[in-house]
Amino acid sequence: MNRIARVFDEMRRKGEKALVGFVTAGDPTVEVSMDIVKAMCEAGLDILELGVPFSDPTADGPVIQRSSGRALKAGASLTTVLEMARELRHTTQIPIVLFSYYNPILAYGVDRFYTAAREADVDGLLVVDLPPEESAEMTSAWTGNELALIRLVAPTTPPERMASIAEKASGFLYLVSMTGVTGSAGLNLDEVSGVVGSLRTRARGIPICVGFGISTPDQVRAVGSLADGAVVGSAFERLIEEHLHDPALALRMGEAVRSLKAATLI
Amino acid sequence: MTHSQHASPGTRQMSAGTQHASLVTHHSSLPPYPDLMGHFGPYGGRYVAETLMPALLDLEEAYQRIGKQELFEQELQELLQHYAGRPTPLFHARRLSAKVGGASLYLKREDLAHTGAHKINNTLGQALLARWMGKQKIIAETGAGQHGVATATVAALFGMECRVFMGTEDIQRQAANVQRMQLLGAEVVPVASGTGTLKDAMSEAIRYWVGAVRDTFYVIGSVAGPHPYPMMVRNFQRIIGDEARGQMLDDVGRLPDMLVACVGGGSNAMGLFYPFLEDDVEIVGVEAAGLGVATGKHAATLGAGSIGVLHGSKSYVLQDGDGQIQEAHSISAGLDYPGVGPEHAHLKDCGRVRYEAIDDHQALAAFQELCALEGIIPALESSHAVAQALLEASQRPSSYIILISLSGRGDKDLGIVSAHLTGTGLKS
Repeated sequence: MNRIARVFDEMRRKGEKALVGFVTAGDPTVEVSMDIVKAMCEAGLDILELGVPFSDPTADGPVIQRSSGRALKAGASLTTVLEMARELRHTTQIPIVLFSYYNPILAYGVDRFYTAAREADVDGLLVVDLPPEESAEMTSAWTGNELALIRLVAPTTPPERMASIAEKASGFLYLVSMTGVTGSAGLNLDEVSGVVGSLRTRARGIPICVGFGISTPDQVRAVGSLADGAVVGSAFERLIEEHLHDPALALRMGEAVRSLKAATLI
Repeated sequence: MTHSQHASPGTRQMSAGTQHASLVTHHSSLPPYPDLMGHFGPYGGRYVAETLMPALLDLEEAYQRIGKQELFEQELQELLQHYAGRPTPLFHARRLSAKVGGASLYLKREDLAHTGAHKINNTLGQALLARWMGKQKIIAETGAGQHGVATATVAALFGMECRVFMGTEDIQRQAANVQRMQLLGAEVVPVASGTGTLKDAMSEAIRYWVGAVRDTFYVIGSVAGPHPYPMMVRNFQRIIGDEARGQMLDDVGRLPDMLVACVGGGSNAMGLFYPFLEDDVEIVGVEAAGLGVATGKHAATLGAGSIGVLHGSKSYVLQDGDGQIQEAHSISAGLDYPGVGPEHAHLKDCGRVRYEAIDDHQALAAFQELCALEGIIPALESSHAVAQALLEASQRPSSYIILISLSGRGDKDLGIVSAHLTGTGLKS
């Protein structure tokens, strides 16, 4: 059983929901970013999403745009992110999912990326601007299927399309909570509840995690009552931005994880 | 699916002056494109977040269904003729031809279309489609401001709510167009991220659309973006080539030997080129070399870029080894873009179109020539095409005919031109 499946299995057994944490790798620097990520893992994060910085993140709000800009300025790239993942593996067995736009992977080489990601013991990949219509060009160049390609479902996705997305999905399904970019306000739990319900009947048992606009323990708890996990991203990035030069930044990030994780215990 | 099926919404005939407009849609040396997934060879496609995918599928379906309807075509023709002022004239630039002492130069006068550029052809088409789809809100990105003005214009005409995203750098250098958009009732949203130019304006428009996709129609201004935009915009713009083809046959009795058009995203070029792809006509697209391709400060995406994905489609892009998009540079805001339409990438690879690059100085010199010799103030974008045509013409006999797409007028550029002429001693 791979690490992602093992986590959801364990959550089910313990009656918990998964806390998925996103940070842009290399923000504010590669060194500090490593400290942050390690602290988050130690604090009980269930799945780590490492964001690959990109110059033109069209699905991201201002917070993650800025974090991406800081990481690029600090010299981060897909190569750096893979190195970070490889190093993290020495200290943690947490599932690592790379979160990227397509162009950095295309520039790296899709087949070369697969090999490198497996060598770094990465568990999954989410490519925000690679819908099922275009993903075959990447996966067909992969030399195996040991990397879970996490698929996105949006509130605008019609039911038939949900079913066809779920058919190709592995790892977990990432349900975008609202029509908007990352970090948007206005999480509507009634709407999320409806979409989760609709997706659940078509998900073939694949776990569903909800992301976008989730920042507080209350929201994590509410989303946890509907889905199998909650993804928090911009809230972590906001914390990084507010404490860029704070030597206790990693500690603060660990604390944030602990308080959000506590909200996933049913 | 055949090529002609995809192209059919664009095969409409103009009411006047274009009786010979091309109905051919398939060049024997080119495979049919785009395919059902919107791919032009290996380019194009739909590289967008899932939130937008259903909207793109809906748009494609609506375009295929509505665009074919006679009532829609009639309405659009009516608007193009009585509102936009089509057909635009074909003009023989005799004094410019005499000066260069080579081939005969003809201008397709898109600068004389309403709002002063070819952009209105596309915005009328898309806004009309939006209205048929029941969408009351439209958004657009703009670089030079020409597409923004053309979108604001049709929004006013149709009583639609309009938001135009524009980079802060472009707002500075194209202030007159900002005022025009505001007068027309559009909200101009400044985009300070990145380099504050067209690339960032388009990124921000996409972000806004992700949040407003349920009731908002995104009017993309070039043959770029995700499918179906490159195909749809080309079809709305092919009226340039359809008219020009008929006008050449009517006025001169034969087709031109060469077409020249500037290429930023590439909509005026695709519009002119498309109806000629099957003809025995040499075709040249002109990118902006900025300060010189060797300096790295340019917008020669096809000439010096590599394959990548930007703003929803795969094409050539300016990028570094890590796949980060690079800044483009051009004196012309409309060409200042690190991407290019996927159909151009395909036509380059097929060898059907030759792509060249003209730098800021060459464009300024051509700008001055056209002003002084023909009494026409061209847009800096179009000046790139004029400059390349002058180079080509000088090496060819007077019997050789070069047709230039004069895609826009230059009033918007007067400030930047005078600054350069006084500042760089280019004044002749």
